[in-house]
Amino acid sequence: MTKLVRTDEETLLADMARSFLEREAPLSKLRQMRDQGRTHDAAAWKAMAELGWAGVLVPESAGGSDMGFAAANVIAEEMGRTLAVAPFLSTAVIAATTLRQVGDARASKALAQIAAGETTYALAIDESVKFAPDSTRLEARAVGNGFCLSGSKQFVVDGGLAERLLVLARTQAGLTLFDIPADRAGVHRDMAHMIDSRDVARIRFEDVEATGADVLGAVDDAMSVLQPALQAGQAALAAEMTGLAAGAFGMTLSYLKERKQFGVEIGRFQALQHRAAHLWCEIEVTSSAILNAGRMLDSDPASAALAVSLAKARATQTATLAVQEGVQLHGGIGMTDAFDMGFFMKRARVGAEWLGDYSYHAEKVAAQRGF
Amino acid sequence: MSDDKMTAFRAEMRAWLQENCPEEMRDGLMTEESICWGGKSWTFSSPAQKLWLERCAAKGYTVPTWPVAYGGAGFSRDQEKIFLEEMDRLNARLPLQSFGIWMLGPALLHFGTHEQKLRYLPPVARGELRWCQGYSEPGAGSDLANVQTHGAEGGDHWLVNGQKIWTSYADKADWIFALVRTDRDAPKHKGISFLLINMEDPGIETRPIKMISGVSPFCETFFTDVKVPKDQIVGAENAGWDVAKYLLTHEREMISAGGAALSGGGRALGAVIADTVRDMDAVLRADAMRCEVDGLALGLTLERYKDQAAAGQGAGDASAMLKYMGTELNKRRHELMMSAGGSDALEWDGPLGNRAGDWLRTKANSIEGGTSEVMLSIVSRRILGLPG
Ligand SMILES: Cc1cc2nc3c(=O)[nH]c(=O)nc-3n(C[C@H](O)[C@H](O)[C@H](O)COP(=O)(O)OP(=O)(O)OC[C@H]3O[C@@H](n4cnc5c(N)ncnc54)[C@H](O)[C@@H]3O)c2cc1C
Repeated sequence: MTKLVRTDEETLLADMARSFLEREAPLSKLRQMRDQGRTHDAAAWKAMAELGWAGVLVPESAGGSDMGFAAANVIAEEMGRTLAVAPFLSTAVIAATTLRQVGDARASKALAQIAAGETTYALAIDESVKFAPDSTRLEARAVGNGFCLSGSKQFVVDGGLAERLLVLARTQAGLTLFDIPADRAGVHRDMAHMIDSRDVARIRFEDVEATGADVLGAVDDAMSVLQPALQAGQAALAAEMTGLAAGAFGMTLSYLKERKQFGVEIGRFQALQHRAAHLWCEIEVTSSAILNAGRMLDSDPASAALAVSLAKARATQTATLAVQEGVQLHGGIGMTDAFDMGFFMKRARVGAEWLGDYSYHAEKVAAQRGF
Repeated sequence: MSDDKMTAFRAEMRAWLQENCPEEMRDGLMTEESICWGGKSWTFSSPAQKLWLERCAAKGYTVPTWPVAYGGAGFSRDQEKIFLEEMDRLNARLPLQSFGIWMLGPALLHFGTHEQKLRYLPPVARGELRWCQGYSEPGAGSDLANVQTHGAEGGDHWLVNGQKIWTSYADKADWIFALVRTDRDAPKHKGISFLLINMEDPGIETRPIKMISGVSPFCETFFTDVKVPKDQIVGAENAGWDVAKYLLTHEREMISAGGAALSGGGRALGAVIADTVRDMDAVLRADAMRCEVDGLALGLTLERYKDQAAAGQGAGDASAMLKYMGTELNKRRHELMMSAGGSDALEWDGPLGNRAGDWLRTKANSIEGGTSEVMLSIVSRRILGLPG
């Protein structure tokens, strides 16, 4: 029977991940990268691959560690605590899950490259300001034996530097998913200057040629392979945001215990105690939704839609509250760039939008619950 | 439990419930009118209610996780989960609910002697004795440890004098578990004893108090020279505060369950609203969605805490979190039910039944068993370590 309590292995993984990230990808690293204008840390990603993180969802036969979705969530949550920068969600979670659905020899080879930390991917899916895969318009016209892609994508996370792109396109009778190298002729990438200082691109596709071999899954049926990957990505993002909330809360709680005004620690003021306690309660409740999403994805992925949307909806709300309280309870220092809380706030806002915002997922919950 | 064993267990439960749960008990109702509280003066609302209680009690299913010797079925957490899932599947009513089950039982199982467990627990499990809770007093609400009801040393007994207030169902209960000061000189937490008192004893008087929802579920309870034998103490003399607090964690978890939409089982709020509102406006719908999201996540949290407890990771102070989140959510939900009901919801026993009464009743959720403010203070001091 699946249990909503972390296994010993998961606890161990979380502990190892935390000490690794505090050493190799602390928040100061993100600040440094931002100041240097860098959005990718190749050495850190290599080290994560060596820990088995890049291959967390890759079968052992392809060199992965195959730890499962709940484990991927554990890693993502820890990355959220320190705001670690890595193509983990795009590559290790979304691309790996997609390729695993495809399941052919070519996909196995690609999975092996992911696990080894050799190839990075980005999912090019959004075309407007909101996540709405069903409204995809980027066209893949049938030309001879192949296709010709034209249109544009935005908010392509990790899309500026990824080696390969998963592109969702409209074909004659539905949606089709293409897997193409990012340097293919006709692909124009513009780095977006994002508030969270990460790699995000706007991409134009100008008559980009693709063959049948570039299609993942069946033509006109992208969602059979992509939907499970979207769910895995949404759950891992929700986990990351919950870790983010806990990270921001940890800073705030420490500050309540050390900052003095009126001759006492500000944490003595009941008004602030109750706000901190309320926030802790929210984080605690959201953690349950995260754990549940991981359990559902591992045990019964076909029925995981409710669990995943619940997790993303809750995590979005909780992270938003955590960063707002984080700034407010720090007073003026919370507003300064020299202090770290702003990084949490900006990443939380980006996470809130990516792969479906609160409204999108709350609607999914409502639909699943019959209203 | 192995998967095979669980499958077999599930089949056994399903078959038993199918055979034994009377049709009339398969409406999943949880209203004040449908609940079976038990006790000496209990009148069953129907023969089916009586039959259902007797059948469950015979198997220990009224308190499935209690040991068999004390009237339970000795179920593990996994078995309990399966049992409740199968109950849900049939939409079966709980056969019995009571303060004995939620509050006294866990406290006795933890602090009672074997003799006390044998004496007090089986009648609770069978629904023969009904208990009430004598904690609050006029001067001891949030500051519960300030109780003044006094137990004077009398050799083989304590002579109890004082007043309790807000005692739910004191007028219907057979016994009361009460916090009584047995040492007036000790610091306030160290002079309290946890006593079990028979409500039929001479010197006890109850006066019902009417609530804003129109009913009188709680009372003032007066004790005048009530003799309580010394073997009716739980835990050591003057160590009642530990028992009291332990009991409160169970009470709080129980209250919070009212706020969580049972994951999967219970109907969604939005679906219930849609029964009466043809075109749900966008604001109502958005609020209902938020309640749904929060309720499902809270339901999972209750499950998680039970799983943690079964794995030996205690919840303890975290029950304050569950209580706070559950009751605040329940109040939100009933506000929405009222606004969905519009003017129909404004009539006592109108087209929507007792919706207004239910709504008013929920306002007590964040007061009874410790207020929301007190819950937040517990979280901030005991869990977050903020200075008090
Ligand atoms: C329907 C119902 C059923 C009940 N049933 C029972 C029962 O069966 N047995 C029983 O013993 N009791 C029962 N109670 C009593 C209940 O436990 C008390 O009402 C509760 O503990 C609050 O105490 P009080 O009413 O004295 O409020 P007070 O303690 O006077 O509180 C008044 C207000 O002050 C706030 N406050 C108090 N102290 C603090 C603080 N330190 N910091 C911040 N805010 C504070 C409270 O949160 C509240 O908002 C019941 C109550 C209700 C409403």
